[in-house]
Amino acid sequence: MLRFLALRLLRALLTVTICVSAVFVALRLAGDPADIMLSIDTPPEVRAHYRELWGLDRPLAEQYLRYVASAVRGDFGLSFADERPAFAAVTEALPKTFLLGASALMLALLVGMPLGMLAALRHNRAADRLAMATAVLGYAIPVFFLGILLILLFALKLRVLPSAGSESLRHLILPSVTLGLPLAGRLARFARTATLEVLGKPYIRAARGRGVMPLAVIVRHALPNAAVPLLMFIGLEIGHILAGSAVVETIFAWPGIGRLLVDSVATRDLAVVQAVIFTVTVIMVGANLLVDVVHILIDPRLGGFARAKGKPA
Amino acid sequence: MTTVDIHARPAPAARSRGRAMSPVVRLSACFLLAVVLVALLADWLAPLPYTAQNLAARLKPPLTEAGGIVHWLGTDQLGRDILSRMIFAVRTSILIAVMGTLIGAIFGTLLGFVAARMRGSVDQAIMMVVDAQAAIPALFLALTMLAFFGNNIVLFIVLVSIDGWDRYTRLVRGLVVSEQQSDYINAIEALGAGSSRVILSHLLPNIAAALVVQATLNFPGTILLETSLSFLGLGVQPPGTSLGLMLGEGRRYLLNAWWIAVFPGLAIFLTTLSMSLFGDWLRDRFDPTSDRH
Repeated sequence: MLRFLALRLLRALLTVTICVSAVFVALRLAGDPADIMLSIDTPPEVRAHYRELWGLDRPLAEQYLRYVASAVRGDFGLSFADERPAFAAVTEALPKTFLLGASALMLALLVGMPLGMLAALRHNRAADRLAMATAVLGYAIPVFFLGILLILLFALKLRVLPSAGSESLRHLILPSVTLGLPLAGRLARFARTATLEVLGKPYIRAARGRGVMPLAVIVRHALPNAAVPLLMFIGLEIGHILAGSAVVETIFAWPGIGRLLVDSVATRDLAVVQAVIFTVTVIMVGANLLVDVVHILIDPRLGGFARAKGKPA
Repeated sequence: MTTVDIHARPAPAARSRGRAMSPVVRLSACFLLAVVLVALLADWLAPLPYTAQNLAARLKPPLTEAGGIVHWLGTDQLGRDILSRMIFAVRTSILIAVMGTLIGAIFGTLLGFVAARMRGSVDQAIMMVVDAQAAIPALFLALTMLAFFGNNIVLFIVLVSIDGWDRYTRLVRGLVVSEQQSDYINAIEALGAGSSRVILSHLLPNIAAALVVQATLNFPGTILLETSLSFLGLGVQPPGTSLGLMLGEGRRYLLNAWWIAVFPGLAIFLTTLSMSLFGDWLRDRFDPTSDRH
């Protein structure tokens, strides 16, 4: 198992390296960074000074190695917007995105899981169809449209919730609902499939044949067995949450990394853009790595904790 | 005996094979057809040019009459007819999404074939890039590229195609690797058929259904990527128009002119919804082996 973990970790590092290198290549394909970052009327001697300062006068291979080395240190240069290290802007915005993403995920779990399980228990009946119709509406609605509808209703018409800012917990409600509802839709659909699959298994049929109540079957047998696919699913959804955060944070003026990226792209603040994309890559790769590790630990067939403690597989 | 039966459900294949179009799927298909027609016939359908301004009729609600013309869906901040703008926006958005989907599908499929036919280190290198692509959300990657290269329509279409090419590569590679082990491919190769013949006449037709299904399921994501970028002001640029751009512009006038944002938003929603429903049906109908969730 250790060998597998080491291999998996190596793969994750490789993926991050590829992404960082791809950003370097794209940056160079886009032209001389000095031309991009400095305004057109910069005097030649100032330009030369900056080229030397940024190491642009050195061989490309050396520039690449320096680039990777500074990326590893989290040093992406200074933001033009406020002259502070780009990485500081990211670390400041990250907790806000984490708070938003985590509450959206919680909401999705609380709404989506029960909905999907209910649909599975009432398979092919009216409740199933209704639940799945709701789920389809939920995951097909674009987050920006949902966000605008929620602002129209709750902030402008009813005037009960703020539509912008992040000062209080009330500010969190609309953005997390916007981000969480589509996720809940996908989760409901997933939970339905997963539950149906587990319910078809012989041991569940045996339990039900013995007369165990449906709810008890779900809680005692179906839920633990659906944990692994659920975990995988959430790992994949982290990408959706992050991508959604760019739009949702912009709509609701929520100062997270999604909005930071959008703002930096608009002002071509390349240092911050690179810092954000590096952080996002590390989060995505790290999350998937974590999912794999937890998977090994909780699935007895893969020789994790359960077998180590001597439990029968 | 009877109690054991409560969970007997029909085998998935049996259930989906005979599945006819439900009314909802039929409605989705009709809506998609209508969207395609609107995109094709935009010049004839639009009551006004999409850039025509009428500053005397700014921010008018739906069904207002101004200058002898009824604005069915109202006007925007420059007095432009929302309906006309939407008709052209549908054309732009659909065109970009279709081209993006095609580019992504062709590129991903090619790489999948290369990986599956060459195997070895080429295969591993391609799959590594696929993993790296899957590690960055397409929207983030597209935003970064727009920051580096600045905005132009060709780059924008290429960026929209980013969403999903890795899925085609993974799908095609998996399918081709397993097809290659089947007897009929072995027989054809033993008879001396060349690589291109095997690929074009045998492998490609056999995986085409799965590819079409994948493209259909991918399409809503591609539309959303385009509309999201345009919504954020980093996609289609004025004087051009796209559904996302209209929604983004309308966001500033929500308080006194909700119709500017709501109608384009509704159009995007209904398109992605119809495509999802239609894609699900298509998958159940033609590709019952694929896993569903």
